[in-house]
Amino acid sequence: MFCFLLFFFLIGLSIDYLYLDAFTARGPSVPIATVIALGLSATLAYTGYRQGSKLILSSVGAEPLDIQIPEHRELHNVVTEMALASGCRMPKVYVTYDPAPNAFATGRDQESAAICVTTGLLTLLGREETQGVVAHEMAHIKNNDTLVMLLISVLLGGVVLLSDWAQRSIFGARPLRRPSGQALLAIPALLLIVISPLISRLLAMAVSRQREYLADATAVEFTRNPRGLAMALEKIRDAGMPFQKATRGTAHLFFINPLRRRLDGSDGKLADLLSSHPPINRRIMLLYQMGALPRSAAQFGFEAIDVQGAR
Amino acid sequence: MSWLFWAVLLMIAVWLIWTYNGLVAIRHQIENAWKQIDVQLKRRYDLIPNLVETVKGYMQHEQDTLQKVIDARSRAMASTGVKENAEAQTALTQSLGQIFALMENYPDLKANQNVLRLQEELTTTENQIAFARQYYNDLVMRYNMKQEVFPSNVIAGFFRFQPGEFFSVPEAERAVPRVSLKLSLLV
Repeated sequence: MFCFLLFFFLIGLSIDYLYLDAFTARGPSVPIATVIALGLSATLAYTGYRQGSKLILSSVGAEPLDIQIPEHRELHNVVTEMALASGCRMPKVYVTYDPAPNAFATGRDQESAAICVTTGLLTLLGREETQGVVAHEMAHIKNNDTLVMLLISVLLGGVVLLSDWAQRSIFGARPLRRPSGQALLAIPALLLIVISPLISRLLAMAVSRQREYLADATAVEFTRNPRGLAMALEKIRDAGMPFQKATRGTAHLFFINPLRRRLDGSDGKLADLLSSHPPINRRIMLLYQMGALPRSAAQFGFEAIDVQGAR
Repeated sequence: MSWLFWAVLLMIAVWLIWTYNGLVAIRHQIENAWKQIDVQLKRRYDLIPNLVETVKGYMQHEQDTLQKVIDARSRAMASTGVKENAEAQTALTQSLGQIFALMENYPDLKANQNVLRLQEELTTTENQIAFARQYYNDLVMRYNMKQEVFPSNVIAGFFRFQPGEFFSVPEAERAVPRVSLKLSLLV
């Protein structure tokens, strides 16, 4: 979060330096662009905090449940179960009519939390698997990931916007009237404006990936059943459908990467760096490890005891 | 030097209040979690007669099993005491599981929207009971741990906090997996 604010600050400084001749005798006494950039970031963060979940829900076309439809009723029941298991309040539940299997959670705290699921997910997955997915989203709510992700997605948008605006105005800018000695800082300042959206995106991706692993683990703590979530991930991976209504700004909110670039299947360093979600195969593997280890150990333990008893 | 003394004293006071309030908060959460379990159990009592009434017409040959469920329900409702109640609830869970298994043999039932709806409601109630108990036990574990680990155990001891009681699974339910283990031993 601080990194994003720092970016806003630095971009503002760079604009001041390059266009407005700040920090020199001729320029304005107050770094105007810096103040504007910081003000913008604060406004964005506050709007995100108050309105973010509503905006996100409406951007994917989320609709409230129709309790007459059996599948919707089942989803409602599954969410109730997971709310009990996590000790959270019952979140609002939405569906969005889309064939791609996916889900996300949003909201600034447990009171205003909402879970949204695509109809594709409901038709593809059985009860046990839906439970795993809902547990994963419930874990996001319980771990306060939804708030972090909400603010990050808003601020990321802000950095991109600001940097775009700065880049465009380079071409229309008046010629730099400064002595050659001071041009030294111009190159880093330009670089910063160009690179900052990239870096802030990488940051958001890194945070998002760690949170996904954590949510998987917490979900298993709720259901005590890693198999359901693992099977859900396998089915969704094999279905392989991108979610049309997601954008790059909201991609990291989802259960699996809705954009599904081909990098996601692989395990390389580059893929790790550029994706908002951990590789799906690795998630599945970790879940099976969680499930298999204690089960097999218990089995061996019991058998050993029984054999000794027989002798 | 005196300001240091006061600062340390203040910090201790803040920590004391913090820990005490934390313990009280968990105690109330535990009570609430226990009530949640009761709510689900009550819901199950209400749903069972509905299911039996709806299914009766289809399952002519399973009257015994249906009667067993009704009996288990009334026994669970009449039972008093934690242990007796837990055993009666387990018996009820098992007899319900039997009905669900038998229902697989009746294709007509699977087509009936009403039955499907009731089945889903009962399934979720069963799950909710299980998850509410799981959450209750998690809370009790946290509560007991706080009372035993070092800094907070001083406060818990001073104010006489009692350790919470786990909801334990009765013997009948635990015996089930042992059958399969015996079998694997014979092979």
